[in-house]
Amino acid sequence: MKTGKEKTTLSRRDFFKVAGAAGASIAGLSACRNGETSSAAAADETHAGTGEMTYRTSPTTGDRVSLLGFGMMRLPSVGGRSAREGNDAIDQEMVNALVDHALAHGVNYFDTSPAYCQGLSERATGIALSRHPRDSYFIATKLSNFAPSTWSREASMAMYRNSFRELQVDRIDYLLLHGIGMGGGMEEFEARYIRNGMLDFLLEERRAGRIRNLGFSYHGDIRVFDRLLAQHDRYKWDFVQIQLNYLDWKYAKQINPRNTDAEYLYGELASRGIPAIIMEPLLGGRLSNVPQNIAAQFKQREPEQSIASWAFRFAGSFPCVLTVLSGMTRMEHLQDNLRTYSPLQPLSEEEFAFLQRMATMMMQFDTIPCNDCKYCMPCPYGLDIPAILLHYNKCLNEGNVPVSAQDENYRKARRAYLIGYDRSVPKLRQASHCIGCNQCSPHCPQGIDIPKELQRIDRYVEQLKQETL
Amino acid sequence: MLRRIRRILATCFFAAVTLLFLDFTGTVHAWLGWTAKIQFLPALLALNAGIIAMLVLLTLLFGRVYCSVICPLGVFQDAVSWISGRRKKKKYRFSYSPAKSLLRYTVLIVFAVAVIAGIGSFVALLAPYSAYGRIVQNLFAPLWGWGNNLLAYFAERADSYAFYETDVWLRSLPTFLIALLTFAVLIVLAWRNGRTYCNTVCPVGTILSFFSRYALFRPTIDARKCRNCSLCERRCKAACIDSKQHAIDYSRCVVCMDCLEVCKHDALHYEFRFRSHGKASAKSEPPRTETAGSTKADITRRRFLLGTGALVGTALVHAQEKKVDGGLAVIEKKSVPQRQTPIVPPGAVSIRHLARHCTACQLCVSVCPNGVLRPSADPLRLMQPESSYERGYCRPECTKCSEVCPAGAFHPVTTAEKSAIQVGHAVWIRENCVVLTDGVSCGNCARHCPTGAIQMVPSDPSDPQSPQIPAVDTSRCIGCGACENLCPARPFSAIYVEGHEVHSEI
Repeated sequence: MKTGKEKTTLSRRDFFKVAGAAGASIAGLSACRNGETSSAAAADETHAGTGEMTYRTSPTTGDRVSLLGFGMMRLPSVGGRSAREGNDAIDQEMVNALVDHALAHGVNYFDTSPAYCQGLSERATGIALSRHPRDSYFIATKLSNFAPSTWSREASMAMYRNSFRELQVDRIDYLLLHGIGMGGGMEEFEARYIRNGMLDFLLEERRAGRIRNLGFSYHGDIRVFDRLLAQHDRYKWDFVQIQLNYLDWKYAKQINPRNTDAEYLYGELASRGIPAIIMEPLLGGRLSNVPQNIAAQFKQREPEQSIASWAFRFAGSFPCVLTVLSGMTRMEHLQDNLRTYSPLQPLSEEEFAFLQRMATMMMQFDTIPCNDCKYCMPCPYGLDIPAILLHYNKCLNEGNVPVSAQDENYRKARRAYLIGYDRSVPKLRQASHCIGCNQCSPHCPQGIDIPKELQRIDRYVEQLKQETL
Repeated sequence: MLRRIRRILATCFFAAVTLLFLDFTGTVHAWLGWTAKIQFLPALLALNAGIIAMLVLLTLLFGRVYCSVICPLGVFQDAVSWISGRRKKKKYRFSYSPAKSLLRYTVLIVFAVAVIAGIGSFVALLAPYSAYGRIVQNLFAPLWGWGNNLLAYFAERADSYAFYETDVWLRSLPTFLIALLTFAVLIVLAWRNGRTYCNTVCPVGTILSFFSRYALFRPTIDARKCRNCSLCERRCKAACIDSKQHAIDYSRCVVCMDCLEVCKHDALHYEFRFRSHGKASAKSEPPRTETAGSTKADITRRRFLLGTGALVGTALVHAQEKKVDGGLAVIEKKSVPQRQTPIVPPGAVSIRHLARHCTACQLCVSVCPNGVLRPSADPLRLMQPESSYERGYCRPECTKCSEVCPAGAFHPVTTAEKSAIQVGHAVWIRENCVVLTDGVSCGNCARHCPTGAIQMVPSDPSDPQSPQIPAVDTSRCIGCGACENLCPARPFSAIYVEGHEVHSEI
């Protein structure tokens, strides 16, 4: 395979040419760079069956990165239940335990941001990691200057410097421009990184060694992505973080016209030899919580593997992927993912086709593409937006969204929907309180028209309550 | 045997009526709702002639079985008295006392005047069924609710939808205190002297006593067999057996049959009035002048719940600039606005009609699934239901209050009728509207108005692009409170409902 620009997308056939279809365990990043195979990388990849983590090597810094990366966005809270429900504090002891377990089993990439977990993720990450030797892990954080008041050079600089303090480090291994293309697209990108000179400053920091790898994460407006890649020669991106999974591979644009298929994003990176870091491999759990008939198909093939493992194998099978991030709230999540990647069993061609069929089936369900990232929160009027959307999705997957009072399970489904709704979302935080101020939508990486969806759900709930379906 | 039948029936009625007040799911009423409708005062206020005739007939036949079987407050006192009697040496703790007729008739006359004059609060204080309803609603229902919530907590974790959580909240402090006081006084009276309340204060007991004197069946003492052991007298919780005279005061006897079983000489029988053997005398004691402390509760306690809201400033939750992800904004509680006219739900016809017919039993308050109904603190309508929309609004699919009312204070309405009954109208308050204070677009009131009475119009008439504010077409507004409840302005909504004295149809 050539680095030539004539290839813009990586076809399925190429993927298997590169990854090795016949069960060969080569999936080294080096494979996508001019066909070279570094001996070190090759050695890393030959642990199949020994129960050791699969590693990939960064071409620019030679970092040996675990294929499983730890996303610090969904940290556990003391409330015990999933990560960021309500205003509970982070459960630092649990974070420490998760980090210790991850490090002990070969995970060495930790991804955080000044915005995560109400701004407390960096500190928690710093506390947990500072208990270990600095050379045993890589830290990734971001310049999350989304709020207009942080667009100034001073405010952005302060945010950048604060990350060092919170993380208790003097160098950042991976620094990202956070969510380019979100909100106001190109104009907002200019304001956040170009006009205030922050990008130039960060390039300077990389030369000084305080940033070891510089890259960006992308959502939304594809023109910003294309522009930054076109200027690759100038910026020399060490990596790029994209959303990739078997549903977004070919359907991202169909789900929302503002988004771009992962096939295109990955192809662009692979053709330039830029390592890809994968976010949302599981779509915030949506790919482990699938409709029942689809779950059955997964289980028929691999009764002993989790449904989530398919999504991780999909993301990990691409050779140019450096690491796959997973926001692991619970120890079980971590353990399951460790199983999947220790070592990675790359997808066969037939399995790849199978996942594409599953994606096609999922597209027939009208789920809302919310990944529970909570970028939309807090809603100034107190709504719990992700909880409302996730409850709807859950009911949809479980067949509890009746379309008519004549439905066979109407009584049961109606009860499950309405009682479950009150349980998942306090009354005052339900969709009926959405005033449509639309302050949330610009923050949504998935480009969901949140007020529209909330008001649609509210109308549906009214129909259920009034029994006018 | 007779006693056992009485006790079984009484337990059934008691459990049924209690369940009516505890049930918040609305399922029990379909089966047991009738047990509330056959209560004497509600039936009287509902002008339900059939029920009244039936109860009078029942009393004329068998004596005051109403008091010992149907009336939940009577059975409640029996239960308290029974527990008291279980103590050692306390089984035969009563003694005959002459009827306190002056007190009884005075209370009855005052009560009748209050009913005719429509002073609902006084009627509500004395009515036995209502007093019991208040006790259950205020004292027992919270325990029931918490118990349910515990089950719901486990059900949620077991992924079951069998139980769901319900709100437990204090609807009105004055009503709660009155219920607590009634509860305490009744327990003391029943513990010491059995049926004191029923035979001195209770207006229903007094009315029924007029008929029970002439009951066809009644307990009688056979003077020839009686050895004057006075066991029956000491066992009579109504204190109406004068064993020395072999006389029973039938105006006070609640035919509990307790005496029949204690007589060791077969001298006591429940039998037909005109059965000719011996001379069973039934003397009624003449009225005596005696004063007793009345249990009139202080009704000057009032309004302080209404007033508290006014002190809180109109601080609004302003949208903060969002810098980090996650978290939930704090939601301030809604305050009760000062309404010039109270709101009463559809079916009440008018505030006066409700005040005239309501016995303040709290049944509607218990079943309201939306947290709308609560007892009034207004002294003239004390403890009678009124609507407010801080916790929820009068939802279009619900007609619970009109279904359960045993006193005819709410006429039954269908959901279709309800959607056209105007109980009030919405009023917009410019200073609170988030469109103007926060500079955001909203329209949540218009979006949820079931009758389309609210339109969004430009705030600046000359600029069609200016922020849109709600405009209420009061002729189409039914006063359901959806707008008030769902308005984002807190603690005071930017749109609230003003009640109407008399309901109308739109």
